Amino acid sequence: MVPFNLLLLACLGYVVFLFLIAFLVERRAERRRIAWLSSPLIYTLSLSIYCTAWTFYGAVGYAVRSGLEFVTIYLGPTLVFVGWWWMLRKLVRIGKTQRVTSIADMISARYGKSNAIGVIVTLLAVCAITPYIALQLQSISLSFAVFAATPSAEGLVLPDLGDTAIWVAAGLAIFTILFGTRRLDAKEQHHGVVIAIAVEAVVKLLALIAVGVFVVWGVAGGPADIYARIIANESPDWEVLPGRWAGLTFLAAVAIVTLPRMFQVLVVENADERHLATASWAFPLYLFLISLFVMPIAVVGLDILPEGMNPDLFVLLVPLALGQDELAMLAFLGGFSAATSMVIVAAIALATMASNHIVVPLWLQLRGPEASGDMRSLVLNARRLSILAVLCFGYVYYRVTGGGEALAAMGLIAFVGMAQTLPALMGALFWRGANRIGAGAGLVVGLVVWLYTLFLPSFGPDVLLSAQLMQEGLFGIGWLRPQALYGVEIADPLLHSLFWSLALNTFAFCIGSVLTFPTPLERVQGAQFVNVFDIQTGTRGWSRGAGEAEDLLVMAQRILGATEAQGFFQAEAMAQGKAGYLPDTTPDFLDRLERRLAGSVGSATAHAMIAQIVGGSMVSVEDLMAVANETAQIMEYSSQLEAKSEELARTARQLREANEMLQKLSVQKDAFLSQISHELRTPMTSIRAFSEILKEAGDLPPEDASRYAGIIQDEAIRLTRLLDDLLDLSVLEAGRVQLKIEDSTLRTLIDRALVASGSVAPHRSFTIDRDAAAEDIALRTDIGRLAQVFINVLSNARKYCDAERPRMDIHVREAGGMVTVDFVDNGSGIPKKSQALIFEKFARLTDQMQAGGAGLGLAICREIMHNLGGEISYVPGQGGAAFRVSFPAVLPGEITEGTASDDEARAVAQAG
Amino acid sequence: MSSPPRPGEARGARQPLFLARESFQRRRLMDAARLLPLVGVFLLILPILWGGDEGPGATTAREGLYIFAVWLGLIVAAGVLSRLLSTAPGIGRDGGGEDGGGT
Repeated sequence: MVPFNLLLLACLGYVVFLFLIAFLVERRAERRRIAWLSSPLIYTLSLSIYCTAWTFYGAVGYAVRSGLEFVTIYLGPTLVFVGWWWMLRKLVRIGKTQRVTSIADMISARYGKSNAIGVIVTLLAVCAITPYIALQLQSISLSFAVFAATPSAEGLVLPDLGDTAIWVAAGLAIFTILFGTRRLDAKEQHHGVVIAIAVEAVVKLLALIAVGVFVVWGVAGGPADIYARIIANESPDWEVLPGRWAGLTFLAAVAIVTLPRMFQVLVVENADERHLATASWAFPLYLFLISLFVMPIAVVGLDILPEGMNPDLFVLLVPLALGQDELAMLAFLGGFSAATSMVIVAAIALATMASNHIVVPLWLQLRGPEASGDMRSLVLNARRLSILAVLCFGYVYYRVTGGGEALAAMGLIAFVGMAQTLPALMGALFWRGANRIGAGAGLVVGLVVWLYTLFLPSFGPDVLLSAQLMQEGLFGIGWLRPQALYGVEIADPLLHSLFWSLALNTFAFCIGSVLTFPTPLERVQGAQFVNVFDIQTGTRGWSRGAGEAEDLLVMAQRILGATEAQGFFQAEAMAQGKAGYLPDTTPDFLDRLERRLAGSVGSATAHAMIAQIVGGSMVSVEDLMAVANETAQIMEYSSQLEAKSEELARTARQLREANEMLQKLSVQKDAFLSQISHELRTPMTSIRAFSEILKEAGDLPPEDASRYAGIIQDEAIRLTRLLDDLLDLSVLEAGRVQLKIEDSTLRTLIDRALVASGSVAPHRSFTIDRDAAAEDIALRTDIGRLAQVFINVLSNARKYCDAERPRMDIHVREAGGMVTVDFVDNGSGIPKKSQALIFEKFARLTDQMQAGGAGLGLAICREIMHNLGGEISYVPGQGGAAFRVSFPAVLPGEITEGTASDDEARAVAQAG
Repeated sequence: MSSPPRPGEARGARQPLFLARESFQRRRLMDAARLLPLVGVFLLILPILWGGDEGPGATTAREGLYIFAVWLGLIVAAGVLSRLLSTAPGIGRDGGGEDGGGT
């Protein structure tokens, strides 16, 4: 017998090993070194979470009780995978194009992004899967109990180890939260989790095969002997029942797609559509191998173990009875793997659904879309709470039902429950006429019939449904008996429920869809789903651009995070031929933004959030005609026309913008010319006046004479500085500037700039927020010029930030050799109409002369940054004026004359 | 009358009757992939229809062998088809509906 403590130790060691692997893979994934991770092999192995502890232990028990019937559970999925070209391919493609996060999200996205549908599917999934999780907890504590058992006269006495379940549940919660909710991905993929379940898949397969090989060649005398033993053990219960054979094969085929955890690994975690081609044969092979030795273990167990042993534990008991402790330990780890991997993925899938369809929409309802703050932490916390809740439900369920026989049947009951999503899912894939009323009706009818005919009666008479109700039907109406609806007496309650729930569900779905009309958005989505392979560009859910890009950016930042959202907006703006971070809110842009957000919070929520800013989703008549129009040529032609007209519109927009800018500049140039003449004239006038006084009045007191000479000198310096700036700018613009390359660190540079800019408006005290650790970046570039830019930006903030308690945040990031420094203050920022102008020469936003400079500072900064291979830009939507300076950390260049301190002095003077 | 024989005529006898033979073959390959599960359903439903003419004694063992053989056959067929389908040009990456916007 294996000492119990050794077993615990092995188990803990295995868990630590899984944590380590998941952690290492997440680390690598962050650095994007994950090519080998997204291989078809890993994909196939991750699919094996279909085989839970119910397979690992239960299949042998099933075989002992009912003979070959257990294979139906694996034949159904085999048929679906072998026929991947029909459905799985389409499912995965749609999942990718729509950035689907769960099965509830998929169905809700198809039916007009209706959150109500998502909520129904989520509730259904929670009802069906919670007991299934309880089943896994039961199997783990039962297998622990086998090792802690004390042999006695009547065989093994299993102690009650229900408490182990709570430790297991807690450990699983920690693992799932750590690796399942690390970050909110653009697409819900969890590399660490996937690799961990792939490892577990290998362990459970190896364990079962090891026990099988031992049994066939170690205990029995090879395959022929096993064949003889099967014949010898044949019992009347083993006869294949046609109804159950066909029904269970169908049920398992449905389950492989509709179970939330299967949908998660099959569609959501899929990295490449082509992996499906490999999985089409490799996954059936896995199922084949895992089923191959079930029958041999069953018959050998029947032969060598005393009567009355629990056949569900034969996989452990057979090696233990023959003194093969190591093998028993391996089998134990296999069962442990099977149970834990199922619970982890099921919890992630359920938590994603619950947070996307219930928690986040509720929060948005309560707080409104304007509520500030980072949505990401809200969503992640919602998921963490949901994971805890799901595992708590599972544990409570296990304790309440006492883990008896009722639980053992739970696997198939959960299958029937999730099968209720089948009509809506198939309608989504293949029937454009299906609509949300039909889908909702079908789902609700299916859910109710399933609860009434299978789920509630499964607890036995008088637990949830009274024995009288079971015997005589609801309200004493005979044809409402839970296990014989309409007097149809199908002997098997499972088949009875499967038949009625799916039949009524499909009926309600079709009737609902035929009698009611879909919304325009549903029709657009319907066409996108059903014709996913034909439609290249796709019809759009947004018809008119409206709303402010800046508001959208603020919202996107809360969901995607600042870097991600700004990158996305910048790329979109660039694709439209615009610089900066604010693209035009064209329908295409809105559509892409929505899909991006849907990857994080689900399509229904993403749609609702954009609709709140843009003002309702409007689908134009043209879009509907494109949907209704079946002729591919016309669609092709119109899309070509559309592309052309869009291009023209874009060019026109650019021209208009350029023209507006030119006009504004010309006005400004005139203004500047008069201003600069004025500025040149004022010092000139005083120089002339005072020099005349000095010249004509010979008897001036010496102190007066020196005061006048001082004034003349100050004014001359002012003149020189102005002329210097103009000269500097023209040199920079012409690209004739010579750079002086030095080594330094970013921290020293920022320190220097802060000190130098402190002399501007010295009476204002700024709070500076920096991250000194992040600033530890070695630079090799023209430090003096760079400091000039920093000082300019900081001095501007000191002058123009109008906040009560001024504050300056300096964020530093480095990626791929490019350093990005953000200077964000908490003032009122720069109005949108001026954002395009600030980097132009002579631009000055206020007419206040207190600013001093000539409006050349930012223009010089821009030229400097161009010369340093980087850029300076204004980032809107940051809650204040925000300037982003980005440049390469190392710049190849040549040494020139000129000192840094000159540049700094110039920068302080220029600021403004 | 008949055109004079061209140099390629001898080989021409084995030339395809119509153009686009490749895409025709590819479509038949897709048909085969679609048919495979139907074949599987047919073969796996058969055991239900077998009577126990040899008495209950031997059915489970015999059916077990049959089912596992069919199963293995399906796996091999799916493997061959998926290999042919993924190496055939234009399949597996057709459409490319992914919008890939952004960073």
